[in-house]
Amino acid sequence: MTNHWIDIRNADVVFIIGSNAAENHPISFKYVQEAKDRGGKMINVDPRFTKTSSLADVYAPIRPGTDIAFMSGIINYALQNDLIQKEYVVEYTNAAYLINPAYKFNDGIFSGYDSGKKTYAKDTWTYQLDDKGIPKKDKSLKDPNCVYQLMKKHFERYTFEKVNAITGCPVESFKKVAELYCSTHKPDKVATIMYAMGATQHTIGVQNIRTYSILQMLMGNMGLAGGGINALRGESNVQGSTDHALLWHIIPGYLGAPLASKDVNFEAYIKNNTPKTNDPMSMNWWQHKPKYLVSMLKAWFGENAKKENDFCYDLLPKAHKPVPYMTMFEDMYKGQHKGAIFMGTNPIVGGPNSNLILKAIEKLDWMICADLWETDTSVFWKRPGANTASIKTEVFLLPMVSSVEKEGSVSNSGRWAQWRYKAQQGPGNSISDLDLIDELFLKIKEMYEHDVKAGKKVALPDPITKANWSYRHAGEHEADPHMVAKEINGYYVGKDGKRGKQMENFLKLAADGSTACGCWIYSGSYTEEGNMMARRGLKDASNKIGMYPEWSWTWPVNRRIIYNRAAVNRKGEPWDPKRWVVKWTGSAWKGDIVDGGATAGPDQKNPFIMNPEGVARLFAPSLADGPFPEHFEPLETVARNLMNSRQLNPAVSVLDTMKSTIGSTARFPYIGTSYRVVEHWQAGAMTRNLPWLTELVPDMFCEISLSLAKAKGIKNGDKVKISSARGEIDSYALVTDRVRPFKIDGKMVEMVGMIWHFGQGCAESGDSCNTLTPSVGDPNSSIPEFKAFLVNIQKA
Amino acid sequence: MPVTRRNFLKLSGATAAGAFLGGTSFLTGCKPLPDKLKGTKESSTICPYCGVGCGLIVSARNGKVVNIEGDPEHPINKGSLCAKGAALYQIASNPIKRRLDKVQYRRPGGTQWEEISWEKAFEMMAERIKDARDKTFIEKENNVTVNRTAGIVGLGGAALDNEECYVWSKFARLIGLTYLEHQARI
Repeated sequence: MTNHWIDIRNADVVFIIGSNAAENHPISFKYVQEAKDRGGKMINVDPRFTKTSSLADVYAPIRPGTDIAFMSGIINYALQNDLIQKEYVVEYTNAAYLINPAYKFNDGIFSGYDSGKKTYAKDTWTYQLDDKGIPKKDKSLKDPNCVYQLMKKHFERYTFEKVNAITGCPVESFKKVAELYCSTHKPDKVATIMYAMGATQHTIGVQNIRTYSILQMLMGNMGLAGGGINALRGESNVQGSTDHALLWHIIPGYLGAPLASKDVNFEAYIKNNTPKTNDPMSMNWWQHKPKYLVSMLKAWFGENAKKENDFCYDLLPKAHKPVPYMTMFEDMYKGQHKGAIFMGTNPIVGGPNSNLILKAIEKLDWMICADLWETDTSVFWKRPGANTASIKTEVFLLPMVSSVEKEGSVSNSGRWAQWRYKAQQGPGNSISDLDLIDELFLKIKEMYEHDVKAGKKVALPDPITKANWSYRHAGEHEADPHMVAKEINGYYVGKDGKRGKQMENFLKLAADGSTACGCWIYSGSYTEEGNMMARRGLKDASNKIGMYPEWSWTWPVNRRIIYNRAAVNRKGEPWDPKRWVVKWTGSAWKGDIVDGGATAGPDQKNPFIMNPEGVARLFAPSLADGPFPEHFEPLETVARNLMNSRQLNPAVSVLDTMKSTIGSTARFPYIGTSYRVVEHWQAGAMTRNLPWLTELVPDMFCEISLSLAKAKGIKNGDKVKISSARGEIDSYALVTDRVRPFKIDGKMVEMVGMIWHFGQGCAESGDSCNTLTPSVGDPNSSIPEFKAFLVNIQKA
Repeated sequence: MPVTRRNFLKLSGATAAGAFLGGTSFLTGCKPLPDKLKGTKESSTICPYCGVGCGLIVSARNGKVVNIEGDPEHPINKGSLCAKGAALYQIASNPIKRRLDKVQYRRPGGTQWEEISWEKAFEMMAERIKDARDKTFIEKENNVTVNRTAGIVGLGGAALDNEECYVWSKFARLIGLTYLEHQARI
């Protein structure tokens, strides 16, 4: 979230799309309701009529996988009717920037496409530069090569008729959404967009979100109270786990993971990963990346990290290729891995095309599962129908303590890092994940030290033996989370008087080896003043918009609303004076911690400090699949693409293991989609083991329309079989008016909605929806297409 | 005096004492229940389920959790909880004994779990990780130092604390893993 939960109350329009927040983030509705009580309106766009829809002022149904068509229709409506916040758009976006005349778009394909590799060369997706190397602009927005004019041309194809034919949304409903949302183009009217996995889990997922961002920029809603682009995180610390880079492509604090193909040494890494700008208006915050990398290396390798040895940069592993989740399991299936360590995760239920994941895990020599319970994954070898004796995988199942049995912090969706305390001992011999990792590392280190001493041949021991790893107080056998939190925050290691003191924040991090910091964005969370994440102050800030700056601590630097420089005009006056976030007094900023440091005034620096151009990108040259969003159909679809002659996103590559299991409407005529219910959580181990929750929702079920039920002779509560090209599952059918067929391009199309919480382990079991889902994903994020695929259904 | 949770409880306690004259309510005829939280030690926590980050108060007696409820001071949820948050108590109280309390091991082809000690488990796991690292480690590739362990994958962590995520991320990279992924990717 650029903003945070409480801030939803400040919105004039709450636009919820690709999310059933009322069900999956129930407490968010305290603030949706508060916004409504203050006169705000709520829009909900969703394939099903959900609990969220039931509270909406305007509800619009769309076929799964058609967000781009729907939202591009609104972009077109806004541009054609001039319903944009023009001053904001001209000053704070790249609308006025001139694009390389060689940039082209034709029939779904942008210039630079390589059809063999299914990738784009981006050399025409560039700005025209002046003689100082600064992008040329036409603030009148008239130049035919300016982003605004290119946008207008690109989106004018998304007419009401096209939106209707692609999405199935009635034109009247669409118009109501467009009118209400675009009412926030006025400088002092604000909309928030709340989205979740319904938006991201598509082969066009990132471009779905792009349409939301483009609209929020056109309306001038970014940076303001009640505005922003707000991804609703589904796990208590999935924000923090991402911040600390449990992903192949990053290292802590969103620094790029070193790639073997280009980041061949420290110098090359710095050159490849540190953006430059010639524009004096741009802060280009990533120019500081070398400081963050070197400080992380100092935290990881301590005294061994020296300028002479590039701060041990070469001891970091370099990836040979992108290895996201689905590729990981594909390579495992091909027998490339010996072992796997699973920390509180249940991929057999949570991952796509789960039969493939099962087969992949069977090829491992060993698997370590750290969890509170047996999960469907850790007992895969004794699942119903398994030939247990033939499965050679060794399994270690390790008992872990729960969140109330250890101490530490979690970061919520609004980036609030909040500290938790230990209230009791965990059961039996359970230990914390921290103690597990700490002890395991020390054990491995001991073995390497022993072997090296004995002269045995081992793989390079240096990354392990030269590591700075010290999380226990002298004489203790357990790690102290406070010691870890202090390393994450960072400390001075230079020779001056501050040596050993905690960093105040990341502004003083240096690239010369005088500072250590595990994750720069958390610098300021644990200072000399103590653990800022444990704060419980309830005083609101001077702007009285519900920021609660003394409650816990928010990254970065306790900023509650990011990109908040965009909340004011170039004079520093709030666009919305009654709900101001920051304001410029002529010499200082008031309100929230302003983006990019307090010294630069609003007319001196551009607000979108993480982009080298300093403004937001309506035209985004950085994406894998095009600078503008374009509608494409899901891999498995019921419809032909009405926007261009391509069906699937041309930048999507289908994995080898998926190619033979792509279904078509001949055998699988219905749209399959998946979702969650409030009584269960994710892959289910945390809820299918609790009697209170399993009593409420004891079984796997799907939802189908009255018309599909009638056509297939299925009654409410019947057992059904649902199949896709990848498998078949049993389920109960819930026949409901909340699911209705869509009229797509003149033809009625039915949908089968399924919960995905069940699997063959835990106290309550059932078939897993992800047996059916395809392992294909977005070309930018690699998030799988869980939300739109093809199925068949019949009475069991 | 502002009404905080502490003195709100005191106030409501005083009101209750007034209402329950003689130990029995003259409105309902019921005897008051004893204060179930009497003598407990309270600590705050954050819900382990979704990303809203609601606060809860955990009450423990003699080191055992006896009650968990919404934290009325927490600025986001102000005491409210959803069905899952309200069920956190069952994770702590473990009513049907589903929580793991010992290390379990399944040998290749094995049909059941075997209990092993932590000492043995750490020894065995460290051996396997080291062995897989030693056998699959790539130090140089096309003349580039890559220092990568090709044969081990790491997955998961969205339910871990920040401090745990950080050491897990550091651990994985120091061992040489590039196959490190978790729930954020799906």
